[in-house]
Amino acid sequence: MWLSVIVLIPLAALVARSTDGGLDTFWSAVSSRQAVSALKLSLWTSLVVAAVNAVAGTATAWVLVRDEFRGKAVINALIDLPFALPTIVVGIILLALVGPTSPVGIHAIATTWAILMALLFVTLPFVVRSVQPVVKELDREMEEAAASLGASSTTIFRRVVLPSLVPAILSGAAMSFARAVGEFGSVILVAGNIPFHTQLASVYIFGQVESDDPIGAAAVAVVLLALSLAVLLAIAVLARRGARHER
Amino acid sequence: MSVDRRTRVGLRTLVLGYLTVLLLVPVGLVFYRTFEHGVTPVWQAITTPAAAHAFWLTLEIALIAVPLNTIFGVITALALVRGRFRGKAFVDALISLPFALSPVVIGLALLLVYGRGGWVSLPFQVIFAVPGMVLATVFVSLPFVVREVVPVLQEIGDEQEQAAATLGATRWQVFWRITLPAIRWGIAYGVVLTTARAIGEFGAVSVVSGRIAGQTQTLTLLVEQRFQNFDLSGAYAASALLGVIAIATLLVMTLLKPRKDQT
Amino acid sequence: MISVDAVTKQFGEFRALDDVSLDVHEGSLTALLGPSGSGKSTLLRVIAGLELPDDGRVVIDGEDATALPAQRRGIGFVFQHYAAFKHMTVRENVAFGLRIRKRPKAEVTAKVDELLGIVGLQGYQTRYPSQLSGGQRQRMALARALAIEPRVLLLDEPFGALDAKVRAELRAWLRRLHDEVHVTTVLVTHDQEEAMDVADRIVVLNEGRIEQTGTPRELYERPANGFVMSFLGPVARLGEALVRPHDLRVTAEPREGALEAMVQRIVHLGFEVRAELQLADGAPLSVQLTRDDALALELAHGDIVWVGHTVAPSEPETVAA
Repeated sequence: MWLSVIVLIPLAALVARSTDGGLDTFWSAVSSRQAVSALKLSLWTSLVVAAVNAVAGTATAWVLVRDEFRGKAVINALIDLPFALPTIVVGIILLALVGPTSPVGIHAIATTWAILMALLFVTLPFVVRSVQPVVKELDREMEEAAASLGASSTTIFRRVVLPSLVPAILSGAAMSFARAVGEFGSVILVAGNIPFHTQLASVYIFGQVESDDPIGAAAVAVVLLALSLAVLLAIAVLARRGARHER
Repeated sequence: MSVDRRTRVGLRTLVLGYLTVLLLVPVGLVFYRTFEHGVTPVWQAITTPAAAHAFWLTLEIALIAVPLNTIFGVITALALVRGRFRGKAFVDALISLPFALSPVVIGLALLLVYGRGGWVSLPFQVIFAVPGMVLATVFVSLPFVVREVVPVLQEIGDEQEQAAATLGATRWQVFWRITLPAIRWGIAYGVVLTTARAIGEFGAVSVVSGRIAGQTQTLTLLVEQRFQNFDLSGAYAASALLGVIAIATLLVMTLLKPRKDQT
Repeated sequence: MISVDAVTKQFGEFRALDDVSLDVHEGSLTALLGPSGSGKSTLLRVIAGLELPDDGRVVIDGEDATALPAQRRGIGFVFQHYAAFKHMTVRENVAFGLRIRKRPKAEVTAKVDELLGIVGLQGYQTRYPSQLSGGQRQRMALARALAIEPRVLLLDEPFGALDAKVRAELRAWLRRLHDEVHVTTVLVTHDQEEAMDVADRIVVLNEGRIEQTGTPRELYERPANGFVMSFLGPVARLGEALVRPHDLRVTAEPREGALEAMVQRIVHLGFEVRAELQLADGAPLSVQLTRDDALALELAHGDIVWVGHTVAPSEPETVAA
C-alpha cells in the first residue's frame, strides 16, 4: 500500500515513460554513442571495484575477526564511515586529495583513477560487513582437522575456509557492484565529466535531465534499473543457495 | 588456522595500509584543509543565511522522512515476519530496491510521475519544491528500519507473544507491551541509519529540487553549489559540518550495535 | 471439564489431528503422550486456542470454546522454552496477566509474592529471566500461568529443555503442586517415564489419532496394541507375540509354550544379567535375568535354552505383534 505509492509508481512511470516517444526513440537514446560510452564506463569501473573489494574486503574481514591489535575496535567502527558520509562530501574529500591543491602532488582529476578511487571508497563496507559474520561463525575445528591431516595454511584457506566464504563474498561484491554502477554524488566533482572519457552513466542521465530530455534520460535509466534488478535477483538466489549448504 | 606470525603481521599491515590510504588519509586531509586557516572562517561559512536555511531544510526533511519510514518500517517488518500472505519475496525485493538503485534514477522516476506532464497532478507543487525532496528522501531511506527489525523479530520468535495472548492480552497490548520493547534496539539502530541516509542524500534530491538557493537547497546541495561557484573553503566548511554529523552517527551506531545484537 | 469432539487439523498436506475425541476430568492431571509428529502438541494448542481446528469442537467447563481466542479461554499455558518476557523482571512477568486485567496494585503484589513463594522463587522478584537457570525460568513461567487462576493448566513439554536431574526434580515438584492446587492439568510429553510418574490418566497418540486412554497401570499391563505396548516399555518379540523382557523365563529344559534359543552373549550389568539369545528362525531376543537366576542356570555362550512367558500360556498377557 504505502510501498506502492512510494516505490512502485515512480518506477513504473520510469519504465513506461521511457517509451513515451516510441520504441525507436528509446532505442536511439540508449544506443547513442555517448550513452553507450557512459554505460560501458560505469560497467567496467564497477566490475573492477567489485573485484578489488572481493579481495580486499575478505582480507579486511579476516584480519578484523581473527587478529588482535590495539585500536581494532576503532578501525572496525570506521569501516562503516563510507555508509554514514554523504556522497558529495566524499567527492569533496577526493577533490582535496587529488585535485589541484593536493598535498601529495597527485593531479588526477578527470581521470578514471579518480573515479575508481571514489567508487572504492563508497563501496568499502559492503564485502567486509558481508563476510565478517561468516568468518566469525566459522567452525575452527574444520581448519584444525585439515591441519592435523597435514595441510598447509594456504591449502587450508583455499580448500576449507574459502568455500564457506564464497556466498558472502559474492553477495557483498554484488552489492558493491550495484552501488558503484549508480554512484553519483562522489564522482560528479572529481570525474570531470568529459563525455566519452570520464562520464559515468549516472552523470550522463543527470545531464540529459538538465538539458530537458527526461525521456531520453529515462531510457538509459531503465537500462540501469534492469541492471540493478538483475543484481538483486542474483543476490537473492545466492542467499538461497548459501542457506542450503548450512547443514 | 594458526598462521605463523610473519604472515599474520604481514596481512595485518597490508590491510591496515589499504584502509589508511583509502579511508583515513582523505578524511583527515579534509579536516585539515577546512581548519587550515583557523576556526573563524569556517564558522562564518556555516552561518551564512544560505547555509542556515540549508541546515534547517535538511533537518526539516529528515524530521518528516525518518518517523514516516520508522512507522512504516515496523509495520512492514511485522507483516513480513509474522504475517501470512503470498508475495513476501516480492515485498522483500521492493524493500531492497532503494539500495541498489542509482539516486539519479530515483530522482528521475519521481520527476516523471509528479513533474510537469507527469502521471500525477497534485494541487500543490511537488517537483522543484520541498514535497518532492521529501519524497525522494523517503524513497532512499526506506529500507533501513525494516532490514534492522526483521532479523530481530525472527530471532526472538513469537512464543513470548503467544504466552501474552494466553494470559489475556489483546493484540494491541501484546504489541505494545511485548513486541515493541523486544525490538526497540533494532528500531533505534534502524532510525540512526535512516537519519544518516536522509541527511546525506544528494543525487535524488539534486534531480528533484531544481537547486533553487534559499528555497530548495539542502546541506548536501549547498556543498555542491559552493564548489561550482569556486567557493572551495565554503564547500569545505559545509562538508566538515556534514562530516561531523556523520562521525556522530558512526559513534551512535557503534554504541547501539552490541545492544541490538544482544537479543 | 474439557471435551474435545471429533477435532481434525491439517497443516497443508500434513494431517496433524484426525478425528480426535477426548474427555479430561476436572482436577485430574492428564498426560498426552506420543512420539514427535503424533499430534500431541497440536492437540494441546487446539485446546488452548493457539490453533483453530479445521473440524470438530472444543468444550471447556460446559462452554463451547471452539471459536474463542486464547485470550478468553481462561487457560494457563507453559511453553517448552519458557517464553519468558525477557525485558521484564520476574515480578513483572508473573504480574503480567493480573496487570492486563487491571487488578489493584496491592492485590497484584500480594498474589505475585504468594505465587513466587509457592514455586520456590521468593526473593527473585527483581531478577531478570536471563539471570535465572532453566529450571527457575520454568517455575517462573508456571507461577505466571497460575497467577490468573486459570480453570485449566496446559503444559507443552515443560521439562524438555532441561537436563535430566532438573527434569526429575521438577517432575516430582509438579505432581506435589498439583496435589495441593488441584487445577485441571494437561501435560504433553514424549517421555513415557515422565507420563507414568506424574499423570492420573495417559492419552497415547500416534500419527494424529488416539491409540489408547487409561491409567498408567492399565496402559502398561493391558496395552490395546503393539504400538502402545512398545511405547510404554521395553518389548521383546517371541515368535508372533510381543512380551515384556522381564516377563520371560529361561529354562534349561523344554517346557510347554517355550521356544528354543541359543545363547549368543551374556552381559553382566551389575545386579542384572542380560542374555542375548538367537531363536531358531534367526531372530535375536534379549532376556533379563537376576544374578541368582543366571547363576542357577550356569549360562554360557553356545548353550541351548528354552524361553517362554512366565505365566502359563492359557492366560495370555501377550499381545499379537
